[in-house]
Amino acid sequence: MQPLFDYTLRLADNALVLGHRLSEWIGHAPVLEEELALGNMGLDLIGQARSLYAYAGEIEGKGRDEDALAYLRDAVSYRNILLVEQPNGDFAATMMRQLMYAAFAYPFTTALAKSKDATLAAVAAKAEKEMAYHVRHSAEWIIRLGDGTEESHARTQAAADELWPFVGEMFEVDGVERELIAAGIAADPVPLKAEWERTLTRVLDEATIARPRDGWMQTGGRAGRHTEHLGHLLADLQYLQRAHPGATW
Amino acid sequence: MTEKNWPLWEVFIRTRNGLAHRHVGSVHAVDATMALQNARDVYTRRGEGLSVWVVPSNAITASDPADKDMMFEPTASKIYRHPTFYEVPDDVGHM
Repeated sequence: MQPLFDYTLRLADNALVLGHRLSEWIGHAPVLEEELALGNMGLDLIGQARSLYAYAGEIEGKGRDEDALAYLRDAVSYRNILLVEQPNGDFAATMMRQLMYAAFAYPFTTALAKSKDATLAAVAAKAEKEMAYHVRHSAEWIIRLGDGTEESHARTQAAADELWPFVGEMFEVDGVERELIAAGIAADPVPLKAEWERTLTRVLDEATIARPRDGWMQTGGRAGRHTEHLGHLLADLQYLQRAHPGATW
Repeated sequence: MTEKNWPLWEVFIRTRNGLAHRHVGSVHAVDATMALQNARDVYTRRGEGLSVWVVPSNAITASDPADKDMMFEPTASKIYRHPTFYEVPDDVGHM
């Protein structure tokens, strides 16, 4: 069961960390409409994370529930990819990060919805519709920012360039996954690369943003080697639970 | 930062098939596509809708509240326009 636990935890950590990043915009979004949109998208992801953590806790069978998994692990125990923990930056950087992730997560959840694992399939089937909307929302913004003013174009291009080294990790397959893919439980990310590429190319072209060249790709998140940003994020996310263990409403 | 506000759009939502779209409020957005997205995010968070329309607010011509008396008052005295003098058999149900 260890590979299935690891795999479920990876998916959950991706969703929680990115969901938390989006929630950091609450109270800071440029307009009311976008504040609600970012909150909605953050809630989509945190909802996915909750289902996955609950399931991971079940698989592990050591009595850890979703709260324990979300609030009581340190950065080195987190298994999310590095892209999702990158700071919000400006609005263009947040939207670019969202587009890069959602353009992957949408076909990924479509594939995972066919998993032989009934729980993963059910969580993915629900997430698929949410991620389809995240692609649309972030794509429309990137197009308008990229093809907007000189400044918005420059910021959007900078966001693409800065985040590009983090996209490679989404398509990595390691031993844990190879086994689960062979068993029909995990979704193979490799064949999804072409669709991701098509989505990004279409949106960046329309946004008049140059597609950054593939070069050195960052990796290590799924092995617990994170950027310095995750520790700060967790300090904020876990503060209440750490300060008041077992606190409830 | 630009000082100019985004244009305003009126939002209409149809809650069920067969019902008409009802006005629910307004959003700011730069264009129709974004207005639709904003309307979705602002007004359908609790499963309110099956369909959303957005209309530029400046495309709506509205009656002036100051003209209320002239516009609507004269109908009040013409009770014969209200079909309340007919006996509707119980079996007919809602007409």
